Amino acid sequence: MSRPVLEVMDLKKHFPIHGGFFGGVTAKVYAVDGISFSIDKGETLSLVGESGCGKSTVGKAILRLFGLTDGQVVLDGTRIDDMPAGTLRPLRRRIQVVFQDPYSSLNPRMRVRDILAEPIRNFGLAKNKAELEERVALLMDKVRLPRDAVGRWPHEFSGGQRQRIGIARALAAEPDIIICDEAVSALDVSVKAQIVNLLQDLQKELGLAMLFISHDLAIVEHMTHRVAVMYLGKIVEVATKRDLFSAPKHPYTEALLSAVPVPMPGAARERIILKGDVPSPINPPKGCRFHTRCGYAFDRCRVDEPVLKITDAGHWAACHLHDRPAAENPMAGAKGADLIAAH
Amino acid sequence: MSEPLLQVEQLQTHFWTPDGINRAVDGISFHVGAGETVAIVGESGCGKSVTAMSMLRLIPEPPGKIAGSIKFQGKDLLKLSEKEMRAIRGNEISMIFQEPMTSLNPVLNVARQIGETLRLHQGLSARQAEDKAIEMLTLVGIPEPARRVREYPHQLSGGMRQRVMIAIALACNPKLLIADEPTTALDVTIQAQILDLMRDLKHRVGAAIVLITHDLGVVAEVAERVIVMYAGKKVEEAQVGALFRTPRHPYTQGLLGSVPKLGSSLTGTETRLAEIPGLVPSLKRKIDGCVFASRCAYATDLCRKLAPALEEKAPGHVAACHYAMKEAIAA
Ligand SMILES: Nc1ncnc2c1ncn2[C@@H]1O[C@H](COP(=O)(O)OP(=O)(O)OP(=O)(O)O)[C@@H](O)[C@H]1O
Ligand SMILES: Nc1ncnc2c1ncn2[C@@H]1O[C@H](COP(=O)(O)OP(=O)(O)OP(=O)(O)O)[C@@H](O)[C@H]1O
Ligand code: SF4
Ligand SMILES: [Mg+2]
Ligand SMILES: [Mg+2]
Repeated sequence: MSRPVLEVMDLKKHFPIHGGFFGGVTAKVYAVDGISFSIDKGETLSLVGESGCGKSTVGKAILRLFGLTDGQVVLDGTRIDDMPAGTLRPLRRRIQVVFQDPYSSLNPRMRVRDILAEPIRNFGLAKNKAELEERVALLMDKVRLPRDAVGRWPHEFSGGQRQRIGIARALAAEPDIIICDEAVSALDVSVKAQIVNLLQDLQKELGLAMLFISHDLAIVEHMTHRVAVMYLGKIVEVATKRDLFSAPKHPYTEALLSAVPVPMPGAARERIILKGDVPSPINPPKGCRFHTRCGYAFDRCRVDEPVLKITDAGHWAACHLHDRPAAENPMAGAKGADLIAAH
Repeated sequence: MSEPLLQVEQLQTHFWTPDGINRAVDGISFHVGAGETVAIVGESGCGKSVTAMSMLRLIPEPPGKIAGSIKFQGKDLLKLSEKEMRAIRGNEISMIFQEPMTSLNPVLNVARQIGETLRLHQGLSARQAEDKAIEMLTLVGIPEPARRVREYPHQLSGGMRQRVMIAIALACNPKLLIADEPTTALDVTIQAQILDLMRDLKHRVGAAIVLITHDLGVVAEVAERVIVMYAGKKVEEAQVGALFRTPRHPYTQGLLGSVPKLGSSLTGTETRLAEIPGLVPSLKRKIDGCVFASRCAYATDLCRKLAPALEEKAPGHVAACHYAMKEAIAA
């Protein structure tokens, strides 16, 4: 088997909180606290979880927008997290990002032509001006924008069109991996469908690997091959899409699936309403981080932190229930369909 | 049939802007029965919030201008004085918004936020108001209400703030609650808590609800009847089951086809998402024909020339489309 194009190993990112009289570090935000995953060529892995669980921090750490607290990021066999900026440059091209907000991520003082030409020039991907123009035109085709719109400014486009420009800019660098951080979340329903379809087509056509960060489980199910569920800086479950949606193995995933409203009136489904809010990542609960909201928590959960263990082939979950005999493990069966009312 | 709780007729809310008149809400009519939950859905900018704000007369005039009638318990709200209107707002009709942080007063503690409405509308003493505030927090499921009631909005999580908003909205036993994207800013597990709370309270308090949302999943879960808006117009209305089962308007059909359904990978019903091509038209130019014609796959010259009237296509199911089938289309 070939090596994954991206590997993340035991990634940690803690943000110091400064305070007190001398402005010293008084506490830390454990934004990402030891997570590992890998993505194959042409594969989409989704990171899901609620606000503040650390999804964007994972993406930014991979992009080296800040240093890691601990862990490694390996691109195609080469460790990149500790590379000096100079050596990193050519590798940087290979990981590109599309952010949620197409408004703030495009420079308002650049025409579309220049927005797209910038990465082509930076990474020396065109030999001459004619080739540059040709590449820009082809990018416009790829994201289904009219070629003659290259002379326009970002504000002249709608939200969905701006997101197309953002995608074209990411593709301009000819990446192997695209990180989509809530790339369709801010878009209107009908426009969202257009962009989702575009991303899917491009991925197939170009064989891109994709890290798809989203809190929208229905979109994730539609887009992804595998899913990693995060809770308070940790991955609590990883599985293929089918396994995760048909037989979630972590109580948090189970609750998450049951909470998504489905557009089927009168659908009879099992509902798990979690109590309380997500605790603060400054002071995550001891033991299992989910135990304060988990309906199945028992004594061990309050003291002992569960680690990701394999439950079935390719299916990993971090929950003590799986150390129990099946008869005493409510997460042993397959109840995805009851939770989401699949008909 | 007795008169409904709320009867909106030909509501028209236009805004004057330097580059033309924005026809944000352009002649919509609907009713809400006592205790009924009616959802208004549609994409960003179609006029949902302006409809809600118009019902409470919270539209700044100018640049806004409201026409039509909004009969609440037989009284036309558009004819009331501002003073009479204030007696209704937050009392008989109350509202919750998407972003509780901007609608809560940051310098008042929770007791005062809830108490204020009670003292204003029901003349309670400070003491009574605080007791009632604690009672309301208990009702909306906030733990340790006696402590929380002394806290300020910034000390509360997003979900708790929304609960406080609901507590304020329900404090005076309103007959009508207008909820504008009440869960859009919340996480999905917190959204589930709030929707559950709203359903539960509806049974206990019995208020009618106008729920504004762009989330078809939320609509399916809480609404009894649904109004679909597009570019300032009502294009379809039906009972929730009928709307999802047999949508009549091409826009509604497109909308339903464009959202992925959770669980589709399990049933092998995964398909490419339907795309509605193009963009919502500008509301600043008068549209002669059907508002959806520029994006509709079925549009003909007739559609581009003549605006279709809302017609009953099946009992209780209306749509504004020249071609929407009278008979149910076997889906
Ligand atoms: N630069 C920073 N300094 C301090 N704390 C930070 C910083 N960036 C993120 N955090 C904190 O780290 C945690 C994880 O944030 P992150 O943005 O990764 O969450 P997320 O899962 O992307 O959430 P959302 O769904 O809201 O985008 C949060 O508690 C956040 O407040
Ligand atoms: N005070 C105002 N002055 C001018 N135009 C306004 C004003 N308020 C709203 N509008 C316009 O009215 C139209 C309808 O806006 P509205 O807020 O009702 O949309 P919406 O359906 O609630 O959208 P969303 O889903 O984004 O909340 C928009 O074109 C908006 O720009
Ligand atoms: S380890 Fe315990 S608390 Fe954590 S998810 Fe499993 S059962 Fe719940
Ligand atoms: Mg994020
Ligand atoms: Mg709105």
